[in-house]
Amino acid sequence: MITRALLLVPLVAGTLAFLLRSDAARRALLVWTARLHFLLTALVTYLHLGPGSDPGEPGWFAFDNLGLLFLGVTSLLFLGASHYAVRYLELEKRDPGEEADGGFIFNNAPEAVFTGCLLLFLAAMTAVTASRHLGMLWAAVEATTLLSAPLIYFHRTRRSLEATWKYLLICSVGIALALMGNLFLGAAGLKTGAGLELEGLLAKAAVLDQPLLKAAFLFLFVGYGTKMGLSPFHTWLPDAHSEAPAVVSALLSGALLNCAFLGILRVSGICAAAGLAGFTGGILTLFGLLSLVTAALFMVGQRDYKRMLAYSSIEHMGIMALGAGLGGGAVFGALLAALSHSLTKAGLFFTSGLVLAAEKTKRISEVKGLWRRAPRTAALWLAGFFLITGTPPSGVFLAKFIILKEALEQRHYALAAAFLLSLAILFAGMARYFISMTFGEREGKSGEKPYVEEPAMLLPAAAFFVCVILAGLYLPGWLGSLLAGAALNAGGKL
Amino acid sequence: MNTFAELIIVFIILIDLALAVTGSLSSCIKLVALQGVVAGILPLLAMHGSPHFRAVAFAAVIIALKGAVFPWLMMRARDRSGARKDVEPLISYPASILLCLGAFIASSWLGSRLPLPETGVAWIVPASLATIFTGFLLITTRTKAITQVLGYLVIENGIYIFGLALFVEQPMMVELAILLDVFVAVFVMGIAIFHISREFDHIDTAELSELSDWRRGEDGR
Repeated sequence: MITRALLLVPLVAGTLAFLLRSDAARRALLVWTARLHFLLTALVTYLHLGPGSDPGEPGWFAFDNLGLLFLGVTSLLFLGASHYAVRYLELEKRDPGEEADGGFIFNNAPEAVFTGCLLLFLAAMTAVTASRHLGMLWAAVEATTLLSAPLIYFHRTRRSLEATWKYLLICSVGIALALMGNLFLGAAGLKTGAGLELEGLLAKAAVLDQPLLKAAFLFLFVGYGTKMGLSPFHTWLPDAHSEAPAVVSALLSGALLNCAFLGILRVSGICAAAGLAGFTGGILTLFGLLSLVTAALFMVGQRDYKRMLAYSSIEHMGIMALGAGLGGGAVFGALLAALSHSLTKAGLFFTSGLVLAAEKTKRISEVKGLWRRAPRTAALWLAGFFLITGTPPSGVFLAKFIILKEALEQRHYALAAAFLLSLAILFAGMARYFISMTFGEREGKSGEKPYVEEPAMLLPAAAFFVCVILAGLYLPGWLGSLLAGAALNAGGKL
Repeated sequence: MNTFAELIIVFIILIDLALAVTGSLSSCIKLVALQGVVAGILPLLAMHGSPHFRAVAFAAVIIALKGAVFPWLMMRARDRSGARKDVEPLISYPASILLCLGAFIASSWLGSRLPLPETGVAWIVPASLATIFTGFLLITTRTKAITQVLGYLVIENGIYIFGLALFVEQPMMVELAILLDVFVAVFVMGIAIFHISREFDHIDTAELSELSDWRRGEDGR
């Protein structure tokens, strides 16, 4: 019942947003839908974890711990994003933008399309987290691609168009491969009638055809891995994240990449139940490490601060894949990493939008002494840097620590060394940019108008950062048990 | 019954080869549409006994989409964008067809190695794999945005045939959701092509190269 409401609320609201004429009404719709969705999410989590927890109605859409975790992250992120977006849209309307780097005027996409797609995007992501049928999961993931493409092309510039095209094509083709994977999975269970529903597949995992199951995993991994931004399938990610409006980048990085990760976790859970944990773990570890190394290499010499954040997302996707690949206790770490990365990175992308508004450029070298012009933004920017690089106390630190501990316990010393080395390079690389942007000497910008900071746009990022710090200091009991249950769903141990 | 299905398989492979060498954009669109239509007919022929109403209705939807709606959208995108009439490949046509033939041989080998259930229709697995490969060939070696969408559609055709070969029955809802996704994908890509042609005065994706990590800054931006 609540599950159905969770799916229908953003769907109906999204459709409505296309029809509404008044901007004010549409913005109110956006915020109130986000609030209602968050409330329903809290309710469904409470019912699931609370006393006398019901196993939920069986069907194509139902929540287990893993789904709930990602639903919670998505809903919380969207709540913050909707408040940010409303103020952002008001400002854009008043002062339609100037291309940040090119210096020419551009138009924005109609606001109805933007808001409508944003809400439908939420509906699709909710469907991903709720899907118990892998075919449905696939359809929902593809829907997220199609619905977020118009969001990236909100600023009608050549650069955002190029990013949108790459995103659409690379992700659609990638996800087409995941469809192949689904077919292989169906074929693996053909003789036993396992179907494509998670319950059936998990129950009959032991008698699935193993070579076909391996093929299924490979295709699904490449497909969803493309969407998740794992190297070497990540090429669309920095473009899309840097050209989209900040609020969309935050949702892409914080919520959408998680949805793709969920797709991979679903299959690897089935493979683990079928006794193929070694095979899937090896692949996840390999590509996780590759993503980390790629991110570290590209971090050196970045010129654009939104691209820099995008590469940091690739890094964290690598960490998550690595954790899932190591298995055992590291799966818990991977899920904690997903949670903390989402909140931190969303906060950072929100802040990057404010930096852009204050400085009118995305180039790192042209932003200097931000704290003089926008002190509160600068404080958030610096705080976000410390949190994302895993300085304690941050949930990110805890997650990295758990994964490293598991790697050492499993005697993967070379892996642990490469992991630490990449993290060190990333920290050093990012520190240079963040510090020169925040402090540095402001030069020759005497004629510029003073910049007024928007409290409504600072607040979501600040709130997210506080959550991440709290998660690093103390995991509340319910969150701990949710994470632990989710780790079990994903084939990990405790 | 199956002889006819096997004829269709041969036909699908021939269309793959034709796509590799066709230079005219509108012929390409028509070939992809034709492939979609014959792929849509295939499940009705491969079936034993008289087909269900559900299967017929579903086949009709697929044929209508792939045979009429998609080519119409593509033709419209082509006309609106004022694209030149040829596909402008990055590699020569003989190279394309050699790659396509090579892919077919590799697919036949792979098809015989895969531990798949017996299908009853000869060559259906190699044909589907070769079709998927042809789609990738179109995406990677042609410069126009439209041909990339056509490549995506060819991959989709290939996966559809592959699904038939494996007898994986998905529930109607899932099939419809997948079809809806493909439809929206083509629709959104069509809109994107329109915008690309308006912004850049052409739909050559080789020109979409402003975003990269290394070239930036060197060209004085």
